Amino acid sequence: MKYFLTNQNEYMDIILNNNKEHFEVENLSVDELLKVKKFTFKMLIVKINGKVVKQPEYYNTYIKDGDNVTVLHLISGG
Amino acid sequence: MNFEQIISVLSKKSVGIAGCGGLGSNCAVALARVGIGKLVICDFDIVVESNLNRQYFFYSQIDMKKSFALKENIKNINPFIVVEAHDIKLEHNNIPSFFQHCDVIVEAFDRADMKQMIIETVLDEMPETPLVCGIGLAGWGNSNAIKMKQTGNLYVCGDGDSEVTEDSPPLAPRVGIVANMQANTVIEILLNESK
Repeated sequence: MKYFLTNQNEYMDIILNNNKEHFEVENLSVDELLKVKKFTFKMLIVKINGKVVKQPEYYNTYIKDGDNVTVLHLISGG
Repeated sequence: MNFEQIISVLSKKSVGIAGCGGLGSNCAVALARVGIGKLVICDFDIVVESNLNRQYFFYSQIDMKKSFALKENIKNINPFIVVEAHDIKLEHNNIPSFFQHCDVIVEAFDRADMKQMIIETVLDEMPETPLVCGIGLAGWGNSNAIKMKQTGNLYVCGDGDSEVTEDSPPLAPRVGIVANMQANTVIEILLNESK
C-alpha cells in the first residue's frame, strides 16, 4: 500500500469551452484564468459547472481540478 | 416527423423573445411561420427608418412601438398564433415574471451589457429554461464562421467575435442568418423534448 503525505494535486485538468486544458497549478482564480487565457473583453459570462460567476467574484472564486468552465465574450449587435 | 406532427408539437409551445430588433423580429417571424403556439415579445423602442436595413418592419410602421408593430406583422403572417406584446424595458427584476410560462427564451438584445444581464438572470433564476442567444453578427460575408454552441441550457448562435462598429454595421443577411439560426435552435430544442 502506498501512503501519500498529502492528497493535493500539483496540477489540474479542466474543461474550458468544451476543450480539455491542463494547468501546472493546483487551483486558479477566475481572474487569473481570464488573464492566462487572454479573455480580454469587458463583458463576459463565466460559468463554472453550470453556475454563473459574476464579475465581483472573479478574484475570490477558484477553479479546481475537474471543473467544467465556460467563458463567453459578449459583443454588441442585434 | 411530418409537417402535421411538427405543428402539433410546436402549437402547444410558448417562446419568449427578449428584444424586437434585428434578431428578435426575424426570429419571431420564423417561429410564427412554423406555428409556435404563443410568442411573448418585449421591447421598449420605436421603429425608426435606420432599422429597416435588417429588422422585420415596414416603412409605414415608422414611429410605432416595435413590440406592437411586430405583433401586427406576425398576425398578418399567421393569425392563429397567440402574441403577447409588451412595450417594456426588460430588466433583472421583471424577466422571470414576463417569461415564466415560456418553454424557451430567445435573447435578442443589441447591447452587450443587456446580453450579460439576461444571461445571468436566466441562468441564476430560471435555470431550467433554455436560453438561445445571438452573439457576433456584424458585417457581411464569412457565413461559415456563424455557428451554434451549447453549454447546458445556454445556446449561443453567431460568430462569437464580430462587434458592430461604424465600419462593420449590422446588415440584413448576416443578422438574418443568426436570427434564423436562433429560431432553428428553438424548434430543435422543442422537437427533441417531445421525442
